[in-house]
Amino acid sequence: MREIRFDTIKDAVRELCLKANFEMRSDILKALRTSLRKETNDRAKRILKSIIENARIAKKKRLAICQDTGMVIVFLEIGQDVSFVGGSLKKAVDDGVREAYHKGCLRKSVVEDALLRNNTATNTPAVIYTDIVEGGRVNLEVSPKGFGSESKSAVKMLRPTASMEEIKGFILDIVKFAGPDACPPFILGVGIGGTFDTVTHLAKRALFRSIEQRNPKRHMANLERELFKEINTLGLGPMGLGGRTTVLGVNILDAPTHIAGLPVAVNISCHATRSASKII
Amino acid sequence: MKEIKLKTPLTKDAVTDLKAGDEIYLSGIIFTARDAAHKKIADLIKKGRHVPLNLKDACVYYTGPTPAISRRPIGSCGPTTSSRMDPFTPALLRLGLRGMIGKGDRSDEVRSAIKKHHAVYFLATGGIGALLSTYVKSARPVLFKDLGPEAVYKLEVKDFPLIVGIDSKGRNVYDKTRWKKG
Repeated sequence: MREIRFDTIKDAVRELCLKANFEMRSDILKALRTSLRKETNDRAKRILKSIIENARIAKKKRLAICQDTGMVIVFLEIGQDVSFVGGSLKKAVDDGVREAYHKGCLRKSVVEDALLRNNTATNTPAVIYTDIVEGGRVNLEVSPKGFGSESKSAVKMLRPTASMEEIKGFILDIVKFAGPDACPPFILGVGIGGTFDTVTHLAKRALFRSIEQRNPKRHMANLERELFKEINTLGLGPMGLGGRTTVLGVNILDAPTHIAGLPVAVNISCHATRSASKII
Repeated sequence: MKEIKLKTPLTKDAVTDLKAGDEIYLSGIIFTARDAAHKKIADLIKKGRHVPLNLKDACVYYTGPTPAISRRPIGSCGPTTSSRMDPFTPALLRLGLRGMIGKGDRSDEVRSAIKKHHAVYFLATGGIGALLSTYVKSARPVLFKDLGPEAVYKLEVKDFPLIVGIDSKGRNVYDKTRWKKG
């Protein structure tokens, strides 16, 4: 058994929260620069430039990229030969989030009760997902997720015989519905397959993957490319004010499903999609 | 494309020539207010109570900033989604509110109310709160201080970059773009 201490997890979560909030992901920054070169709409170009400039200022001054510093989503891939010592894993994660949001002057956006709306003032609890894998290491991934885009996400249980056009149509409709509100250009996390609950999890997980990587299955990778192309002909553009830059990346994760169903989930994420990871 | 410098207070005369799509640099005093503050103000209005904020010719900014780091007046402070404020907006416009800053489109009801009250809705670019904070010269909480990031802050801004979203004639910048409300 390899022992991992409470403080190791807590410190790592804290550092990743800070990094994700201050430093734009390199894959997204690169996609923004590529889009700027290809963009023909003057206003779209100005907006893309301001997004790139914002990333520079945020990193230099240790200011949050976006004031919606999100609800923190944490994925832990835990090697089965690992044992956690010195306190509860959940508490280690939440303590790391609490310290980051306090020390980093990040906004506390979590309410304790969805109906009573009382702010916990610590940005905790985090949303924690765990997966048990082989080996003696822990892969820790942290993403502060903003709710302007989260609120525009959707899931649909399609018929198993749905055509490719119907599947794409649903995804395109969600992008159109998100419109200017959700801060385009977007990163799309798409889940296909699984069950009602797992498909949304896949969509969320897809946002963590670099937008430079394609789904390992050829037909899924092709669907990613087709969606990328079709969404960028919608003309929505940066902040919905026109242009050819509506998505920066489309990431699909898929899973086996039932003969009677075809679940599809779309997690909309803004140009300030933030995540950071570390192997412990 | 016209680029216009604008100063608060936003009088009727000051906004009358603005057109949807114009790029504006706003200087002066603006007040932050988002969901919780709007709900509280709307409740006061509904109960016929005094609203402790002079909205006449004022401009509100839909934002909930991050806490300020040392030697800076404010943290990251970009716009939040305006449509969540739609149910409360007509009541604020009736009290003389002239300008609003946010992101995204508004309801038809808000658009009509903007036209009726000769007001203006500005767009700020979302997700660039660090950059936008550099146009804020001072910030201090003035109302509902217990709401933390959702409190009403009085901000002094200099050349804050905006685009006219809906002008006082009710023209909407999204009418000219390819995005249409579903």
